[in-house]
Amino acid sequence: MSNLLYVDNISVSFDGFKAINCLSFEIGFAEMRAIIGPNGAGKTTFMDIVTGKTRPDSGAVRWGDAGSSLLRKSEAQIAQLGIGRKFQKPTTFETQSVYDNLLMALSNKRSPFSVLTYARNKVDEAQISQIASQINLQESLSRLAGELSHGQKQWLEIGMLLAQDPQLLLVDEPAAGMTAPERAVTVTLLKELARTRSVIVVEHDMEFIRQLECRVTVLHEGAVLAEGSLDFVTRNQDVIDVYLGR
Amino acid sequence: MERTIFTKFLFRNPSILIFLGVLSVVCIAVTILGEGFGIGIISTSFIKTLGKTLCLCMIAIAMDLVWGFCGILSLGHFAFFGLGGYMIGMWLMFARTKMIVMQASVNAALPLTPAEISDAVGIQIFGVVGGSDIPVIWSFADMFWAQIALVVLVPGLVAFVFGWLAFRSRVNGVYLSILTQAMTLALSLYLFQNDSGLRGNNGLSGLQNIPGLDDVPQSLLSISFFLASAFALAVVYIIATAVTKSKLGNIIEGIRDNEARVRFLGYNVESYKLFIFVMTAIIAAVAGALYYPQAGIINPAELAPIASIYLAVWVAIGGRGRVYGAVIGAAFVSLLSSYFTGGQAPDIPLGFGTIRWTEWWLVLLGFSFVLVTLYAPKGIGGLVDRLPRLGGR
Repeated sequence: MSNLLYVDNISVSFDGFKAINCLSFEIGFAEMRAIIGPNGAGKTTFMDIVTGKTRPDSGAVRWGDAGSSLLRKSEAQIAQLGIGRKFQKPTTFETQSVYDNLLMALSNKRSPFSVLTYARNKVDEAQISQIASQINLQESLSRLAGELSHGQKQWLEIGMLLAQDPQLLLVDEPAAGMTAPERAVTVTLLKELARTRSVIVVEHDMEFIRQLECRVTVLHEGAVLAEGSLDFVTRNQDVIDVYLGR
Repeated sequence: MERTIFTKFLFRNPSILIFLGVLSVVCIAVTILGEGFGIGIISTSFIKTLGKTLCLCMIAIAMDLVWGFCGILSLGHFAFFGLGGYMIGMWLMFARTKMIVMQASVNAALPLTPAEISDAVGIQIFGVVGGSDIPVIWSFADMFWAQIALVVLVPGLVAFVFGWLAFRSRVNGVYLSILTQAMTLALSLYLFQNDSGLRGNNGLSGLQNIPGLDDVPQSLLSISFFLASAFALAVVYIIATAVTKSKLGNIIEGIRDNEARVRFLGYNVESYKLFIFVMTAIIAAVAGALYYPQAGIINPAELAPIASIYLAVWVAIGGRGRVYGAVIGAAFVSLLSSYFTGGQAPDIPLGFGTIRWTEWWLVLLGFSFVLVTLYAPKGIGGLVDRLPRLGGR
């Protein structure tokens, strides 16, 4: 079976601290995967490498059937290839409307001149209102993103990812700060997403991950400690040691 | 079709209509009250001050686009303004000097050869810096349209090269501001040199005299330049509003608020910054090209870093992130400045000393800048938000 993303034996260190240590990882098409690990396990650095923010010292990151390398590409190029990222803290454009936030994310041409001459059209408006109803914000399209509640901002950001129409989604702590009902909606949303594309969810909350019903990769000190179903990894003695302290 | 799109755009942005209305009223009033076409209550020199103010409003809009909307605090846009002034100044000075040389030779036995004309013009223009050769950079100075093209091309190219290097290296925030200051300082210092080919610290002068229009009185020229500046300002205002209301406006505001997020959306942030930087440099240059014929003289001191810092102060006081804010700030502060520094403001005796406004104006300006920053962070334009909504943002 071919994979969407291969991360092969990457390492990176900051001022001598090995944030990622010979990490290998792969994810298939339309697969959902959860990544867990204690603080400092390298989860965010891993995402930074995949999205082009950080360059690894060694190793390879390959994308798609063609297996093209992502290492020499800029963040914008990687995003255009089809990797979307949702940040831990919801980062929407708060001084702009929900509509404008989604419009910017929509997978249209990205060059300054085509953006300058962009004209609103029915196709895009239909797509935006469809995404808005998916993320429960159809009533709030003209509101400023800054006025939304924390949970709504998280959804808006997921909506922006939907608009980008990526093949791979990196989602950093989607449930952080959410109420229980908001969590339930988020779980449904992520599962829905994973039907047509691959999703990597980084999360601390075990209960949330259980609801996602997917394979789990445990990171520790910049490397993969265990991989398998949630029940499998939580029975793993190494994982228990790491989480409970030796 | 084109027309209906444009009219729709106007009505969707009432700020444009209000602005054009106010500007037209000012133009009509000044034309009627001024010398030249009108009854002469407003002096020619004050019309020039007003016309220059309109040009400053134009560069303030440029500053607002680059800083208020895109978040790049450029402290070097007056360099582009100055370059635009120099480019038009070269033609004004060269063409007029040439005409004077030709007139002086009318009664000569033989017509002057091109070499003789060039020598005579060279001595006239470059005598003050001890030269008589016409430098290479003056090659197009005799051609009006070529020099007009250079008004756009030279500052545009400088901005492109500078911006490309700076943005590509991801120089941001205060470091970028320092870099733009260094750019304008370097340019100013270079122009101060006598062998820069632009007459060193003498600069270019006599720019108020338009070649071929010697018989037209200054009163008519000044009102014409005033109206031309008003027209250019209106065009720049409409362009700026169109850009900020377009999807590009969303992107550059996104870059201002969260550059990294825009990158992860797949936009090449550098090319957007470069686009805005070059575009605003060109607006600044056009403003400069209209300003200096009204000022009459340009010298390297005009490009000094302090000018660009004032520009940021105007935009901050007027209210950044809104196009009319920039206009209000530039008009308000620069008119007040010419009032206080022009010696018209009455001194205030305080017993132990006297407040002379020519000296104390800067203190007042600094104080009001602090006040605005503390109590009205959105500037004077921000007060508009407190008015009942007229529709549109």
